[in-house]
Amino acid sequence: MAERSFKREVEKLRIGEGEEFAGEGILAVTKALLQSGVSYVGGYQGAPISHLMDVLSDADEILTELGVHFETSANEATAAAMTAVSINYPLRGAVTFKSTVGTNVASDALANLASGGVTGGVVIIIGEDYGEGSSIMQERTHAFAMKSQIWLLDPRPNIPSIVAATEHAFELSEASNTPVFLQLRIRSCHIHGRFKASDNRRPKMSLREAMENPVRNLDRIVLPPASFHHEQEKVNKRWPAAVEYIEEHKLNETFEGTRDDLGIIVQGGLYNTLIRTMERLGLADAFGKTDIPIYVMNVAYPLIDSEVVEFCTGKNAVLLVEEGQPNYIEQAINTVLRQRDVQTKLLGKGMLPMAGEYTSQVLRRGLVLFMAQFDAGWQPPEDPMHLVAEFISKIENHVPERTPGLCIGCPERPIFASLKMLQEELGDFHVSADIGCHLFSILPPFNIGNTTMGYGLGAAGAAAFNTESDKPAIAIMGDGGFWHNGLTSGIGNAVFNQSDALTIVVDNNYSAATGGQDLLSSKGGADNRSTRHSIEKAAQGVGVKWTKTVHTYDIGEMRAALRAAVAAKKGTGPKVLVAQGECMLNRERREKPIFSKAVSDGKRMVRDRFGVDEDTCTGDHECIRLSGCPSLTVKPNPDPLRRQPVSYVDNSCVGCGNCGEVAHEAVLCPSFYKGQIVFNPNLLDRVLFRIRRSVIGWFQNGTEKRRLRLA
Amino acid sequence: MITISRERPITIAILALGGLGGGVLTKWLVDMAEANGFLAQSTYVAGVAQRTGSTVYCIEMYAADKAQEQGRTPVFALYPVPGDVDLVVAGEMAETGRAIQKGFVTPNTTTLIASSHRVFSIIEKEAVDDGIVDQAPVAEAAAKVAKKFICFDMEVLANETGSVISSVLFGAIAATDALPFDKGAYEKVIRDTGRAVDRNLAGFAAGFTGASRPAPAAKKEEVPQAEPVGANGRALARRIDNELPAATRVFALHGALRALDYQDAGYANSYLDTLTRVHEAEAKVAGESRQFSLTTEVARQLALQMCYEDTIRVADLKTRRERSQRVRDQVGAVENQPAHIVEYFHPRIEEICDTLPAALGGYILRSPRIRKIMSPLFTKGRNIRTSSITGFLMLRTIAKMKRWRRGTYRFSVQQKLIANWLQRVLAALESDYDNALHIAQSIESVRGYGDTYERGLKRYEEAIR
Repeated sequence: MAERSFKREVEKLRIGEGEEFAGEGILAVTKALLQSGVSYVGGYQGAPISHLMDVLSDADEILTELGVHFETSANEATAAAMTAVSINYPLRGAVTFKSTVGTNVASDALANLASGGVTGGVVIIIGEDYGEGSSIMQERTHAFAMKSQIWLLDPRPNIPSIVAATEHAFELSEASNTPVFLQLRIRSCHIHGRFKASDNRRPKMSLREAMENPVRNLDRIVLPPASFHHEQEKVNKRWPAAVEYIEEHKLNETFEGTRDDLGIIVQGGLYNTLIRTMERLGLADAFGKTDIPIYVMNVAYPLIDSEVVEFCTGKNAVLLVEEGQPNYIEQAINTVLRQRDVQTKLLGKGMLPMAGEYTSQVLRRGLVLFMAQFDAGWQPPEDPMHLVAEFISKIENHVPERTPGLCIGCPERPIFASLKMLQEELGDFHVSADIGCHLFSILPPFNIGNTTMGYGLGAAGAAAFNTESDKPAIAIMGDGGFWHNGLTSGIGNAVFNQSDALTIVVDNNYSAATGGQDLLSSKGGADNRSTRHSIEKAAQGVGVKWTKTVHTYDIGEMRAALRAAVAAKKGTGPKVLVAQGECMLNRERREKPIFSKAVSDGKRMVRDRFGVDEDTCTGDHECIRLSGCPSLTVKPNPDPLRRQPVSYVDNSCVGCGNCGEVAHEAVLCPSFYKGQIVFNPNLLDRVLFRIRRSVIGWFQNGTEKRRLRLA
Repeated sequence: MITISRERPITIAILALGGLGGGVLTKWLVDMAEANGFLAQSTYVAGVAQRTGSTVYCIEMYAADKAQEQGRTPVFALYPVPGDVDLVVAGEMAETGRAIQKGFVTPNTTTLIASSHRVFSIIEKEAVDDGIVDQAPVAEAAAKVAKKFICFDMEVLANETGSVISSVLFGAIAATDALPFDKGAYEKVIRDTGRAVDRNLAGFAAGFTGASRPAPAAKKEEVPQAEPVGANGRALARRIDNELPAATRVFALHGALRALDYQDAGYANSYLDTLTRVHEAEAKVAGESRQFSLTTEVARQLALQMCYEDTIRVADLKTRRERSQRVRDQVGAVENQPAHIVEYFHPRIEEICDTLPAALGGYILRSPRIRKIMSPLFTKGRNIRTSSITGFLMLRTIAKMKRWRRGTYRFSVQQKLIANWLQRVLAALESDYDNALHIAQSIESVRGYGDTYERGLKRYEEAIR
């Protein structure tokens, strides 16, 4: 069950020829896949294409009707390997994952695919996680395109262009027997817009038909001597075929201008930012009309030499807007211009920064430099940032940084509270962190974790620390990472190499960080997947002797288990501690409506809510340093004698109980209390409540009178 | 040369955190634009706001008929561009500052709508003392830099109307002329969703009215004056008026009444005796030149140290009538709704010895053997229901031990701490006023319970070394 449901929106996928489709980028891409007649779709979730997986998952019914097989792959390598069926059969397929991290994982299969070449069109939809909002290392997918020879489409970021690019991608793939990357940038995935739809198409050949009539073609298998022929074929046959298709269908666009001395070349994905920046500089209007001609590379790879030469010839200078590094496109264009002896100056990274996102402000600086050098008469309008600089400096220290953190009631919080207490008790450990929500542990307030090497690689990241010590390395791994590869790369590896390291597997029932998708070990029954497979048993299956499952909110037991694991005798092999607690976002989404319904149906229900006594809170905030829960916050101290804000639990508390457990375990203070509010109380509740209220009230009134007398 | 058309889309930037409904607001704006003959585009980064980082939603719109006239559509931006943003909506005060930092708010262009409430960042919350970042400069800058700045506490209005901040923000947007839609168009969008319509409309109306009202003048925070309710308290107040300078009286009265409530009139008078002594020393050294800052500081700190939190005090506070009502309100129990209150206690052997007679308490704490024997009793926390009669009476009994407090171990320890502190303050005063003030303030870290108390004691000792 994913975080966001697209059940209603996917109905739009059924619309046909001529109807207008309105919605988010990811839905539009899904519609384009169906219009292209795909046979199969796979992938692995991860921002920014998580929702694409969720849309496909929610569209299962529509996909089945069309004879399309969809699966959530075990990892990106699995997804990429799935495309193998397009090598021998005219089956169109698409897979999707986050890039570059997912592409890293997939690259073995992708390289094999690209070597053998494809019969049916293969489109790999890349969620390019680059720039603001990104959560990964800043690299380019472009390198993968070049090394394996996979074409890379980077369409202009509007829905009709993205849809057209998706459809062309299949045609291009088949015309050149080459897989195609369709690059979607972060914000393009969530763009809202419209396009004219066409009918969905059933695949030309069904999976069953292909499966029952196997084709074996030795030429397509990556083994010598075929592998040597593949390389020749790539450059001699497939590349020219691709160039021909791209030229013929005008996948790249030239927007003519009136000037013949200057020009701009831009990656499709950056077109909108370029135009808006030029508009602010008075070089274009809001509709993209400009004096300076622009060549838009909707195909970022391969470079179409003839188009580039034609565009550049006769111009004094051309500005290349190429985001990311190394500057592959700049290098390629320079080579072409040199070879064809075109004397046009090409300015790319000289005008624009080598690294970092090309925001409008960055492009502005580059354009101003470029114009100043090649158009003496041009004067830039005042930079709006100058108008506000004075105000920005005045508030310099008044905008607190916001680091991401765990959600309200997150079951992972008590794990890190326990770890923090363990470190306070025994000193710091080397903690090898992993990818997932749990990676927020490296930030305040927990500040736990030394490295992260990639998804599922938490345990593997501690492999070298397999040496005699009183302080074994601690590795963290999520359930997502565990099934993605961690079981073999981390746990199995530790067994085989006789490591004593402790791996904490955070089992929150879902692939939570990517939006709460189901996993092998999900506790809920999924309609079309097999779930409820035990992590602990899997670890035992690869030979782990020391395993334990602890409910995360039981901090006492969690601490005891951690202590036991790090104190275990040397040579007893790896320890696997499964920390079990359901992702609160998912739990709340499921339980809240049930609770509300039960209350409105008149059933007796009890709701827990935590609070901090402002009378006894002394404003030390140790509770916050062991929690970081968004609902545990501060407010001004009502005591005029004190300066420190008091801790305070706001309305968003879901009553997970972590605060109270931490207060107990860390011996914090007597300020935490739990309220248990009874809805639809029964007779016993009401009678007891009345008796208690009058007895306690009687005592309280007496005390109050006495206090007033002495006051 | 091209003729530069001045026609451009309307650009909106929304800065929000998780739970502030940035996504909902974005959807409403797009739906409204499209329902009223506009082309609209929105973009955002999914999932970022949810985990409490801040995120920017960008919306652009342009009249469809004008686009048709020209035969072309504008190129919509994916991210707000400085100098280009017509409307900035910040769901929280610090995010208003972030919008300014990003250059989204520019003079003569931008209408800025912000909620003045705060959602504190973890950096602010986790500070040992007061880590809250002052937002006054942000409000000041916002008022100057924006074409129009509308700012009020929308969280309060959202709570009052049972709606969400996004509805209140939507109402505030409707009250400005930033977008070319009339009030009815806004309300229709809310109605068309079919979800929580009445509450969202109430939130919308509250936002609309709030934005139409002139901004309230900034409140100056003042220490509230304490009011004595009985004869003892009034006598203390008279003593303060006679013996202490005006500058120190507010805190002295709070302190004296605290000591009276904590123990008895004798205790409160001894508090004032000490304070008078400090005042005389200060007057001799500095006269009125420092506005009696030292005496004022001691008035605060001495009261807090004399009224330390022992189990007796905690039990006393937790069994009071007004407290019972306050916690019921906090957890959202309505009139006559049964609710249990479970207290989380984890007394250590130290806390128990604190309330034993001084000699006995001290003896146990000094004896590793007894401590070891008794330690199993203190490994686990205890949950006590103060809403049940037994739980309540248990705490009430402890609270009643107040009469023996002067004989307890902790009392003797505390008296020594206070005496030593005062002596240092007065000694420092002879030669270095600022150092005396520093020592007076440093005792503030000695507070709380258990480990917190011990850490505070260490911090204090380091500070005065």
